[in-house]
Amino acid sequence: MPDTRLIPLSALQHYAFCPRQCALIHNEQAWSENWLTAQGQQLHQRVDYGLPESRKGIRYERGVEVSAPTLGLTGKLDLVEVEITTGACFPVEYKRGKPKQDHIDLIQLCAQALCLEEMLGLDVPHGAIWYWQTHHRHQVELTPELRQETFNIINSTRELLNSSQTPKAKYEKKCQACSLYDLCNPKLTFRDASRAYVKAIYQENTDEETAK
Amino acid sequence: MKKLQNSLYITRQGAYLHKERETLVIEVEKEKAMQVPIHAIQAIYCFGNVMVSPFLMGFCGENGVHLAFFTEYGRFLGRLQGKQTGNVLLRQAQYKTAELKPELISRNIIAAKLTNSRSVLYRHLRNYAENKSVNQAIIQINSALGRLQKAIQLDSIRGIEGEAAAFYFGVFDELILPSVGEGFEFNTRSRRPPLDRVNALLSFLYSVVGNDISAALQGVGLDPQMGFLHQTRPGRDSLAQDILEEFRAWLVDRLVLSLINRKQIKANDFVIEASGAVKLKDDARKTVLVALQNRKQETVKHPFLNEDVPIGLLPHVQALLLARHLRGDLAEYPPFVPR
Repeated sequence: MPDTRLIPLSALQHYAFCPRQCALIHNEQAWSENWLTAQGQQLHQRVDYGLPESRKGIRYERGVEVSAPTLGLTGKLDLVEVEITTGACFPVEYKRGKPKQDHIDLIQLCAQALCLEEMLGLDVPHGAIWYWQTHHRHQVELTPELRQETFNIINSTRELLNSSQTPKAKYEKKCQACSLYDLCNPKLTFRDASRAYVKAIYQENTDEETAK
Repeated sequence: MKKLQNSLYITRQGAYLHKERETLVIEVEKEKAMQVPIHAIQAIYCFGNVMVSPFLMGFCGENGVHLAFFTEYGRFLGRLQGKQTGNVLLRQAQYKTAELKPELISRNIIAAKLTNSRSVLYRHLRNYAENKSVNQAIIQINSALGRLQKAIQLDSIRGIEGEAAAFYFGVFDELILPSVGEGFEFNTRSRRPPLDRVNALLSFLYSVVGNDISAALQGVGLDPQMGFLHQTRPGRDSLAQDILEEFRAWLVDRLVLSLINRKQIKANDFVIEASGAVKLKDDARKTVLVALQNRKQETVKHPFLNEDVPIGLLPHVQALLLARHLRGDLAEYPPFVPR
């Protein structure tokens, strides 16, 4: 059997946030909690541990594992709502925060839908994201544009992770919110001062000699 | 940065350590001697006959609490390792560098070692009288440093290190104040076993600090056994020994000198065996460890990071910098050379 590496769904989101973060977590196996990630975990524990239940013709399945070899993805879905009569699937992703300007959350949801489509061979035209901070559920249409954007991110993520390289850091405002800040140390590699530092060790030597 | 928490040094013979809910309980003769929240502890070092419950061990492994065992005399016995942490790419880079080009990292480490040894000598001159032989040793170390900068072969790097160490330890006796009195004469560096009191102190602390470094290296996913400067030898933490070179003079030697010069440790704090081997007594070992622990709580400005860092976290910082160098983030490994 060929050894294909499946990329976790979560990697897509990490990649969209910061490619270096993605490489650190998924290739270098770095992980560090901060209060943001801890809160997210707590939320997901609540979501994931619910038992399957059926109400009004819909079965609610939580913590659904998926893998899609063609897409090269694997992961776990917070909630899938299945229409019992038709079998139609509707993925729901739980987010700690509130709706964001960028498409990161939408892309993750779209990738989940793509996995369901590949596994079940049916169309998943819609999904939803539930935001804890606003307590609102947003219906999302999985448009061809969003799908294309998602494919692009999947490809870039796969390329990055298969390269085994960790991109250099680029210090930005969002770095402050990253739980890997200390491990990544973005200011450190943004401007690599190591050569000058090592040179100065010897320099000090000659300075002291001439000072005598 | 990682949080610096307390290291616990258990030197009471017959002590039993176990976990009670979220606390660590130390029992001596079936009596609770101490109870502390487990999460406030970073490392537990057990000396001699100290027992640890498997549940506490499990907790340590899970939470990256470093648990290590030493003999009563401070010789390292073993450590508990939790689940293997995962950065296989980092370890691969480490092995490749160790095999193909260990010279650059080795040279940087030795540059730090030489500079830091020289600082100990400078410090003595600044604080006490001018001393001709100490001055001479500084000049010799300077010249070694000049040659080191041009050294390309590992053998010549090791050779320069040996020379500089000889100059440094050649005048180490001068750094012990005459007021200290008898018993602390230092002739030459002796190990396994140490043959005088000064060497006994040095060896004991090198071993404790080396073990801290080993834990820090593992903490960032490096293999402490695969070194650059020190050859791979089964049972030796060669990489930890490499990084220890940066800390010997600045951390250990200075601590040993101040313990002796401030008379915190006295000549009768040692046992001299029939073979001539010199060992620290129990109580004195405690004094030394308390002094080390206090030192670890102090902060210094890290010369490369330009950040205040507790001394106890320096091994972790250097391990992180080494990892980042090996993974290609930094062109060179910046060793610890405090200004």
